[in-house]
Amino acid sequence: MPDQLPPSPLDGNKVMISLQHLTKVFPGQREPAVNDLSMDIPEGEIVILVGPSGCGKSTTLRLINRLIEPTDGKIVLEGEDVTRVNSDELRRRMGYVIQQIGLFPHMTIEQNIATVPRMLGWDRKRVASRVGELLETVGMDPEQYRRRYPKELSGGQSQRVGVARAMAADPPILLMDEPFGAIDPITRDRLQNEFLRLQSDIKKTIVFVTHDIDEAVKMGDRIAVLREGSVIAQYDTPERILTNPADAYVETFIGSGASLKGLTLAYVRDIELADWPIAQKGTGRQAMREALLGSDRTAILTLDEQRRPVRWYTARDLDRSESLDEVGLPATALVESNATLHDALDQMLTSYTGSVIVVDRDGSYRGTVELDAIKHRVDEIRAAARERARQMSVPDHEPMTQAPSR
Amino acid sequence: MSAPEHTPVPAAGIAQGRAASVNAPDERSRLTRLGRYLVQPALLLLACLALFLWLNSLELDSIEKRRINVDFISTAMWQQIKLVAVSTVMVITIAVTLGILVTRPGARSLSPVVLAVANIGQAVPSIGLLVILALVWDIGFTPAVVALVAYSVVPVLRNTMVGLQQVDPSLLEAGRGMGMTKTAVLLRIELPLAVPVILAGVRTALIINVGTATLATFTGAGGLGDLINNGLRLGRQPVIITGGALTAILALTIDWLAGIAEDVLRPKGL
Repeated sequence: MPDQLPPSPLDGNKVMISLQHLTKVFPGQREPAVNDLSMDIPEGEIVILVGPSGCGKSTTLRLINRLIEPTDGKIVLEGEDVTRVNSDELRRRMGYVIQQIGLFPHMTIEQNIATVPRMLGWDRKRVASRVGELLETVGMDPEQYRRRYPKELSGGQSQRVGVARAMAADPPILLMDEPFGAIDPITRDRLQNEFLRLQSDIKKTIVFVTHDIDEAVKMGDRIAVLREGSVIAQYDTPERILTNPADAYVETFIGSGASLKGLTLAYVRDIELADWPIAQKGTGRQAMREALLGSDRTAILTLDEQRRPVRWYTARDLDRSESLDEVGLPATALVESNATLHDALDQMLTSYTGSVIVVDRDGSYRGTVELDAIKHRVDEIRAAARERARQMSVPDHEPMTQAPSR
Repeated sequence: MSAPEHTPVPAAGIAQGRAASVNAPDERSRLTRLGRYLVQPALLLLACLALFLWLNSLELDSIEKRRINVDFISTAMWQQIKLVAVSTVMVITIAVTLGILVTRPGARSLSPVVLAVANIGQAVPSIGLLVILALVWDIGFTPAVVALVAYSVVPVLRNTMVGLQQVDPSLLEAGRGMGMTKTAVLLRIELPLAVPVILAGVRTALIINVGTATLATFTGAGGLGDLINNGLRLGRQPVIITGGALTAILALTIDWLAGIAEDVLRPKGL
């Protein structure tokens, strides 16, 4: 199968990890857990291995850092065949994050993070400054947390420390096995966003295992949908997998919400933002009233000195005699411009004005997203889906190995 | 969702609250622990004092005087302590090593066999073991130590095995996954985390050894058993009581020391 279905074009990106005919047969089992898997993982991207439980995706991940030794095949790292090198040293070149996180309970946060640097023989000063740097990177105050023990952390904080520990010696590769699997949905969503933001800075090569297609679509630059025996059903970008599933298996695995999932692939930054009248906080009522009347909108938004949204005022609010801090409504429903339309739609439900305010990373006002813009995007997705359905109904158009199940 | 959620601040606040609430019971347990550290030795000192005063109030005859004097008692006490110390050190060495070996992957099938053999040592009555060794080998210090070791190896062995097996496998996976060698995982993760359980076994072994070492008198290894045995044979109650009370005081003192050791050696953060 992998030979017939060549890995998708890697857009000219350098190959970081190349798995070649990787096979693992566990002793006493007849069926291989991983069956002749070949794939190239490009540098600086998040590649997701997704599939139902038992499909061999975790085994595949452990073959890459040789926690499990392959029965057959080769692992090539940046052109170097590492199938036979010292596996302990190999693992120090890759960060590893697991679902249970596995922070050592008898070591402080600092000692946990310092595990690999200490093995690599870094001196004390360098280790200490690296730990501080990493804690800040994952959004935790170093001085407050350095000497704490893992039992004093919440689930989300433990997970952050787990990521920091994996990145301690700045390995070019991170292997993550359902890293957000054991965390409540709200925290998970926040950690995913934080991690994506982090990745846009650090540009690691990441192999990420999950059974959750939504997580795969959200996190992945590239997704490998696996079937039993870790056989690749489709290896492609999330967009292409959602809009163009290779076969019935992939289509079933994506599930019915594919179009809605498409909203997680469109970003606020890609659509045209709408404008509302704005005024600097502290502007006089008369000036604000004029600005509001000069527009076709029903409310005006005030911004503070850093251009961060403060409050919404309607014309009636401006007529009231109370202080401006007491009338109007606080500016909620904010998203950053790298948020997905899915996020924006979500925020819209909590918005007073029916539009979502878009801000920069530092919180300054950029514009707003309206329901119409999202609806327009949904229409596009639906049109693409109709087009696909039409193509698939033409019998000799696509060489299908299995009949589409619709 | 991905809106301005610079969460560390509230998250940190929550964690601080948690830490504070965790600290309060810590503070209390430290106080109770301090109390335990001080109360037990105070009681033991009182017991020594009471024994001394009681013996002073008695008119001792010459037979009793030959046993109840500083020389005889300190020699017996020293022999007893030596028996206990040497046998316990050997037990720890043997049992912890064995416990590590049989919990390594690949040697797991050996563990029932090793436990069965160790259980035989404990199943044979201690006095029987002492006498058998004296008959087939020799009398004196060394055979007595061997008998004590055979008798008290099981609690340490079993606790070492349990202590190592109860370490969360995901910690080992995380350690190995980061490139720690098997030895490093054993020394830096498994053993430290097993220490509390192993120490509980050592404490049991120590108490067993203090008690059993009084029987070593029958095979010429001396110890506080000399006092008890002599007292019984000569029908001198003060001698018997002195031997018995000193054995009990020694056992409780060692238990107290072992308790402190457990608290001090338990890894922080658990």
